[in-house]
Amino acid sequence: MNLLSEPVGVSHYMIVGAVMFVAGVVCMASKRNLLGVLMGIELVLNGANVNFVAFSSRFLQSEEGRSLGLDGQLIAVFVIVLAAAEAAVALAITLNFYNNYGTVDVDRASELKG
Amino acid sequence: MEPINWHTFFFLLFSLLAVVFAVAVVVASNVVRMAFYLIMSLGAAAGLFFLAGADFVGAMQLMIYVGGTLVLLIFGVMLTAQGPFISMKTRGGDWILAALLAGILLALLIPAAFSVPAWRNRATPEYLAGVRERPATSAPLAMGLVGARVDRLAEADANRREGMAGYLLPFEIVSVHLLVVLVGAAYLARTKRRATAERRLL
Repeated sequence: MNLLSEPVGVSHYMIVGAVMFVAGVVCMASKRNLLGVLMGIELVLNGANVNFVAFSSRFLQSEEGRSLGLDGQLIAVFVIVLAAAEAAVALAITLNFYNNYGTVDVDRASELKG
Repeated sequence: MEPINWHTFFFLLFSLLAVVFAVAVVVASNVVRMAFYLIMSLGAAAGLFFLAGADFVGAMQLMIYVGGTLVLLIFGVMLTAQGPFISMKTRGGDWILAALLAGILLALLIPAAFSVPAWRNRATPEYLAGVRERPATSAPLAMGLVGARVDRLAEADANRREGMAGYLLPFEIVSVHLLVVLVGAAYLARTKRRATAERRLL
């Protein structure tokens, strides 16, 4: 019951962020579907966002003035907006690739290989 | 028995959901299921943001990420999900490499999360009683975006006040970036019917 009665700290949030980040990196590295790689990128950005929000939170600190304040939340908003922009462009590239080659397998995108 | 701390309870609930579905995205090979798991994971992350007191960021996460970006991804899945592309298996050797990478990264990141004493500190009930009186974050965030940091007016240290400028310039850059990106995406994804249209004219 100790786990449920103790308050959480920044470290707990960082572990969640780290696991999401690692899941995203593995997703990017191991998926063969282009859209799977995109989903990995979303997971990585979100793991970073969890850390930013945790550092900016006043509820996870033990005294006033320790937290990052609103800077962390502002950066998290920027990350969300940039992730949306990145998803739009990457999806357009994916659809173009699919129209030209008839596949979404990243291993088949090897024309630039030396 | 000690009373249950409901903040911790909901933190554990949302973090478990986020982590389990994030791992499910990696493990699943069906791209439609991956999209669904990603929605669940990002939605649970929005719950974590609310729990950390970031109400505006949590709402943005739900509206832009879960409601916008993932709908875009699902459209991509629907447009390309044909026969062999729905479920593409990763090769066995790739799985071993990926597991190795994951193990190394986790072994680096998790000790790092516990390495700084200030990050391990937890809030006391007396401290939290004073903190809860603050207003919602959307208005201070909006003021920060147009260049006024109303949340840090009482900062005593002059050196720290120097670095607390607003975010007007990044906001402008992001705005222009979004415009360029949307024009570029529309240009890249346009349907190429020029050849058939010319043929129809002839």
